[in-house]
Amino acid sequence: MPKAILYDSTLCVGCRLCEGACAQRWGLPYDEEISAQEKLSEHKLTTIVTHEAGFTRRLCMHCEDPTCASVCPVGALQKTSLGPVVYDESRCIGCRYCMLACPFQVPAYEWSRQLPRVKKCDMCYERQQAGLPTVCAEICPTGATICGERDELIAEAQRRLAANPDQYYDHIYGLNEVGGTSVLFLSAVPFEELGMRTRLLREPLPLLTWRVLSLIPDIVAVGTVLLGGVWWITHRREEVAAAERQAGKDGAKP
Amino acid sequence: MTTRLRLPRLTVWQWIFAALMLGGLYATYVRVVYGLGGATNLSDEFPWGLWIGFDILCGVGLAAGGFTLAAIVYIFNLERYKPILRATILTAFLGYLLVIVALLFDLGRPYRIWHPLVMWNPRSVMFEVAWCVMLYTTVLALEFAPAVFERLGWKTPLGWMRTVSIPLVMAGVILSTLHQSSLGSLYLIVPMKLHPLWYSPLLPLFFFVSAIMVGFAMTIFESWHSSRAFGKQLERPLLASMGRVLAVLLAVYLLMRFLDLRHRGVLPLLLEARTETYLFALEIALLLLPMLLLFRRHVRLDPGALYACAVMVIFGFVAHRLNVSITGMETGSGTHYVPKWTEVMVTLAIIALGFAIFRLAAKHLPIFAEEKRAVAPPTLAPLPEGGR
Repeated sequence: MPKAILYDSTLCVGCRLCEGACAQRWGLPYDEEISAQEKLSEHKLTTIVTHEAGFTRRLCMHCEDPTCASVCPVGALQKTSLGPVVYDESRCIGCRYCMLACPFQVPAYEWSRQLPRVKKCDMCYERQQAGLPTVCAEICPTGATICGERDELIAEAQRRLAANPDQYYDHIYGLNEVGGTSVLFLSAVPFEELGMRTRLLREPLPLLTWRVLSLIPDIVAVGTVLLGGVWWITHRREEVAAAERQAGKDGAKP
Repeated sequence: MTTRLRLPRLTVWQWIFAALMLGGLYATYVRVVYGLGGATNLSDEFPWGLWIGFDILCGVGLAAGGFTLAAIVYIFNLERYKPILRATILTAFLGYLLVIVALLFDLGRPYRIWHPLVMWNPRSVMFEVAWCVMLYTTVLALEFAPAVFERLGWKTPLGWMRTVSIPLVMAGVILSTLHQSSLGSLYLIVPMKLHPLWYSPLLPLFFFVSAIMVGFAMTIFESWHSSRAFGKQLERPLLASMGRVLAVLLAVYLLMRFLDLRHRGVLPLLLEARTETYLFALEIALLLLPMLLLFRRHVRLDPGALYACAVMVIFGFVAHRLNVSITGMETGSGTHYVPKWTEVMVTLAIIALGFAIFRLAAKHLPIFAEEKRAVAPPTLAPLPEGGR
């Protein structure tokens, strides 16, 4: 029963209560100045972004097959069966490959700390385990952000699209993007007008590297036989040459 | 005459070395105390900079001469290349050690560098690179060990090394094939971020072929420097034949790059007046020019011209890796990145350290001793001695 978040941009009034609730849960400072920064950072794990066409939210998309989890050399990032993609800071070596690889540019780093950590939304993992909604969904006064099971939220989004086709842009963002995400978006306008990345592949990105990585056993096997074979051939030539020299000597003696 | 000329030059280099070491120490202090934020211009949008782009991606590539030459000598049995093998293995070994030093600067938590040993994620290219680099550095240490054993006069371990040398070389070649190409695979995961002039499904192949290519260039480069520093005769015919191989490799590599651009239909991008286009042109020019020159016989036989070609290839190779890791990533990340002085300082200090250690090792260990043996093998054979 994987959980998900549905954010309906047409219902959002930009009150930023989700930002405040999120900061409080993480024990991060939150004030006028921080609320005005409309970008994700080590002290802002979700943000409202204002566009002419309306509001949107930025937060970890909790991909179904997360790129960050696939690239992490030590498995510090994991997709849980409950839906959230969680980060285990005790494993992290700080290579920042997750930040480079994330197709939504979500993970942030504590650049100014001596022993930095990656910071990103964890979809209130411990609350989800207790059956509670995320704090951003709980506090949202208009129901723009709701939390529930992914299948049900997809059905709900489809209902809304069907009921008010002229009010919505006909697409559920996150249904198929990079193989699907656990955060789904609805909007009145095309998503690129909300500054969202729309030139995304439909297949999960980890497949791009896996196609190469899965060849390793074959490369090792073929490589060993090939190198061994070449060595055998090149040194056989030597053996033959030595034998011929020997034969030549023997033949010349008598 | 030569000693009088060499001494003052040495002092200047020692001064430069000392200055770089001091600068490097101060940069290290800044890195440790103020963290990555204080020591680099990296950001959430641009998390990998000069240390990954140059110190790691180029460092590993520039050390590729080690596995290439080991394969040529031991697997392909081309004995005439043996005189320069040890110096090349030493360069590769130092290269990998310095890459690990650079990695300690770049990792947010350097003291956890050993984590991939026990915390596995076989889906991660980085995990594979970590293991291969670790294993291959061990292989290089073992391949270089005979030089140390010879110096110490340890006969028994020398015998052991001879027994395992072929499997060791084979393991080295396979490990190198894997991680040299995987450095390119690292970027397969960013199809939307990396500029289409560089993003290609063939990135692993390009990284592998360019590593072999620059391996030859580095071998020529360091033979030239060693011959100057230690007053040795250059192995002219040997280097000339390497120049020939380099020319062919360059031709194959450039043709593959061109066909890749054509098949992906991105050749029209070259008409756009953008920074990416200019830096792409620079990268290609630095490889195309030496290729054309190396196809000429008198260039290959002129040590100075051959050296110049090798230097161009090295710069062209570095340009490609920096284009992939920095130039090509800027537009996609929506930022502009210029390394901070501390990043440059650490990089320069690491390069200087490499040169200094190579010099020291070459002075005190039998790196070039095999040369004499290869030139005059009969003097070493015991039979004529006793028979006389």
